[in-house]
Amino acid sequence: MSSDGSVSADSDKTNINGSDGFIEVENVIIRFAGDSGDGMQVTGAMFSDNSAFVGHDISTLPDFPAEIRAPAGTLPGVSSFQLNFSSLDIHTPGDQPDVLVALNPAALKVNLRDLKPGGTLILNKDGFKKMDLKKAGYLEDPREDGSLAGYQVYDLPITSVCLAAVENTDLTKRQAELTKNMFTLGIICWLFDRPLDLFEKRIKQVFTGKKESLAAPNILALNAGYNFADTIEAFVSRYSVGKVDLPPGEYRRITGNEATALGFVAAAHVCGRPLFYASYPITPASDILHELSKLRHFGIKTAQAEDEISAVGMAIGAAYGGALGLTGTSGPGVALKAEAIGLAVMAELPLVIANVQRGGPSTGLPTKTEQADLLQAIYGRNGECPVIVVAPATPGECFDMAVEAFKLAVTYMTPVFFLSDGYLANGSEPWLIPDLHKLDKLEVKAPTGENGYIQPYSRDPQTQARPWIVPGVAGLEHQIGGLEKENITGKVSYDSENHELMCKLRVSKVEGAVNSIPDLEMHGDEEGDLLVLGWGGTMGAIRHAVDNARAKGYSVSSAHLRYLNPFPGNTEAVLRNFKQVLVPELNLGQLRMILRAKYLVDIEGLNKLQGQPFKTAEIEDKLYEMLEQKVRKVAS
Amino acid sequence: MSEVAEYTRKDFASEQEVRWCPGCGDYSILAQVQRVMPEICIETNQKKEDIVFISGIGCSSRFPYYMDNFGFHTIHGRAPTIASGLKLSRPNLQVWVVTGDGDALSIGGNHLIHALRRNVDLKILLFNNQIYGLTKGQYSPTSKVGKKTKSSPLGTLERPLNPVHLAIASEATFIARAIATEGTQMRDVLLQAAKHKGSAIIEIFQNCNVFNDGTFDAFAAKKNQLENTVYLQHGEPVTFGKDNEKGICIRTDHGALEPYVVNVADVDKSSILVHDEQSPNAALAYLLAQMDVPEFPVPLGVFRKINRPSYDELLEKQVKTAIEERGPGDLNKYMRSAETWTVS
Repeated sequence: MSSDGSVSADSDKTNINGSDGFIEVENVIIRFAGDSGDGMQVTGAMFSDNSAFVGHDISTLPDFPAEIRAPAGTLPGVSSFQLNFSSLDIHTPGDQPDVLVALNPAALKVNLRDLKPGGTLILNKDGFKKMDLKKAGYLEDPREDGSLAGYQVYDLPITSVCLAAVENTDLTKRQAELTKNMFTLGIICWLFDRPLDLFEKRIKQVFTGKKESLAAPNILALNAGYNFADTIEAFVSRYSVGKVDLPPGEYRRITGNEATALGFVAAAHVCGRPLFYASYPITPASDILHELSKLRHFGIKTAQAEDEISAVGMAIGAAYGGALGLTGTSGPGVALKAEAIGLAVMAELPLVIANVQRGGPSTGLPTKTEQADLLQAIYGRNGECPVIVVAPATPGECFDMAVEAFKLAVTYMTPVFFLSDGYLANGSEPWLIPDLHKLDKLEVKAPTGENGYIQPYSRDPQTQARPWIVPGVAGLEHQIGGLEKENITGKVSYDSENHELMCKLRVSKVEGAVNSIPDLEMHGDEEGDLLVLGWGGTMGAIRHAVDNARAKGYSVSSAHLRYLNPFPGNTEAVLRNFKQVLVPELNLGQLRMILRAKYLVDIEGLNKLQGQPFKTAEIEDKLYEMLEQKVRKVAS
Repeated sequence: MSEVAEYTRKDFASEQEVRWCPGCGDYSILAQVQRVMPEICIETNQKKEDIVFISGIGCSSRFPYYMDNFGFHTIHGRAPTIASGLKLSRPNLQVWVVTGDGDALSIGGNHLIHALRRNVDLKILLFNNQIYGLTKGQYSPTSKVGKKTKSSPLGTLERPLNPVHLAIASEATFIARAIATEGTQMRDVLLQAAKHKGSAIIEIFQNCNVFNDGTFDAFAAKKNQLENTVYLQHGEPVTFGKDNEKGICIRTDHGALEPYVVNVADVDKSSILVHDEQSPNAALAYLLAQMDVPEFPVPLGVFRKINRPSYDELLEKQVKTAIEERGPGDLNKYMRSAETWTVS
């Protein structure tokens, strides 16, 4: 390494360690960053797939701008993809990258602060011209002003060597430049000892049809990158990560949105009813629409509605007809759907609303994650309007909770919110693919008129659900609607006592769903000094932080809520088993507020609204702060 | 073909007490729908339990409670969305939407145009009384300019929408008009709408005797109907009057088509406009819908009836074709169609 801490590929003053020896590490966090047109998402996804495929546990965090193409080279245009791959069971994409790839100065500027001290920095030397530096707002070249001291810097002529490699192909100059992400991927493959054959196969799958001619040059660029890294002898060391010990079975990498879509398809199988999905395109939920639209051969009908209200209306219409009515959106869309959800509550129809939460209020941060729609889901309608709310904790768990959402909706004849978020939706992990035949089927009753008229608002004694009588059943004709219903008959009623009865009945029905909900599971001990209670996509960071603190001997446990309304039956008992409780949330304390109101337990919050998931260290610091405060309190 | 049950009018009347104001035009519409339903069941080979009425909010939207069919009284403006979802997931049902001028054209305008554009096989009854009745008398999107109401004491400043024009622009495949109190014509139009495959919209002029009494009298009152309305019939000359002595001709004025009224006796019979509800060109329907009293008779009957595959039909076909081409979906297989690996 040179005195300024940088290694330059074409410099002879560097100390090059050319040994083929690999350094064995438990995990590596790598972040690919570039302009939003540089293909960083594809590069990251491909390397993630491969990492999972060769046997590592993985967790990913894509981060991209809301603009499709912000001005090239500027800070808002930076797109990145972070991957944590490990020989251990990991839960988060990691706090600080060990390796940062920055294809231009803007990518460097946005991401450098996260890079681990002493971490590896791979730069595209060709992307650091004066103009590029200026666009990123650098007055001085960061490579020369000492600001990169303390990192292992590899300043490589990525664009120029890549262009030379694909020179003899038919690519236009623009097309040739676009292959530099594959060249970069080749370098990374060399660094982490990944054979290229699977990447080549993937490239061929990506470029088919009219784009087939692009496959060969991209493979060429990939190989050129690999060979370049091999021959320049610039890298100090190569790294090797062992295989993770996962439960046996067949795995794939899956994002939260993919798992959500598949889960809803599985729900149709489990409930024995067709799935109908209506949605209006919205970030970050649109992928669910894309995924389900592909599945006509499953008998799945999808409709792109004219607006959010129409989407929920169509789903309600489908539910009224006996199908699994589903609509998906993000927070602003839920705001528009609120009145219709109230109708489904009044009509007591099974409806699932998937909200892939993003930063709010208003249009907010469309591509960034947040958990600030919890109160909206539970309370965001006129009148006393209870619904069931579930929330997956990992990308893969989106599958299970999607199935769960419909099982509850159909069992209790009520709308159910499925609260995912941008982090879960776009993040990914290895997923043990379930066997559909092993999922418990739900027996869904289809009332017939054979034994005479059935009152539309008569109730199942166990669940208090009304019968799901659908049009087409002779003899059971009836009329429902949004006006208050008379108990049992379902006829319009303005009677004051009946209204109070019905309001309480709807609430008690939803509260009764606790009978179908598993108890909170403890991670750690049943009781102790501190409980960390989370919900949604924060589970990985919470668990990691708690594990670290426990390793240091602290009395900390965690639990994670997948059911937010009603809460699991043992929630209060769990809360009372600890001296202190911390609820970390990507909002200003919404779950905390409900828990405190409901159980009269003092709870501290750790709240973040930066469009980014929690870092493990942020939670860990808070744990120590609370635990040590406690120690001080006892001492004084 | 399944056996068609024989129904009578009574089979379609629910036990619920009808609660519109005495003298409201809605009573007449309800009576005509109940009367024509048995025939609709025969003609469309449907059973009563397969016919569903879905409404939004407003006086008109109480309609489903009074029919002894499956009915869903939904929320303001959204009936076409709920009806669309039902029809798409259960294409064998016959789905009717009951709505009003405020419900369909104001708060629900967006849903109406898109339901029509998609050609979802819905039968939409738009009760137009040019006023908000249930909220006690504010102007509606079809109220005449200058109309004095509780919310426009000095007269409205807004130009009204013409529902037929909106339907044409929205690519509706069946567009008709009727007067609530003119039973024979209305039953004819209802039956034709029921038989039409695709979105069908009927604008029904309905008098609100409490907040907008007499607004249609100039043409809809019994004594004025012969002189001031014309009942459109496909392939027939557009004539009206007590003895059909008057007719509509078309001329070009500065490049624009313009209708004018003639005495049939004064002109060559072939110069009288012949109605063509199936014309692929919507210009004729648009022109007719522009006609209004006092200069012209108000056209009633079917303006447009064209054949286009319905959305529900096309969606059903897509599903069928996908299954034929790819085989019925196998989720276990599909979940494993990504790159997978095995941990042993």
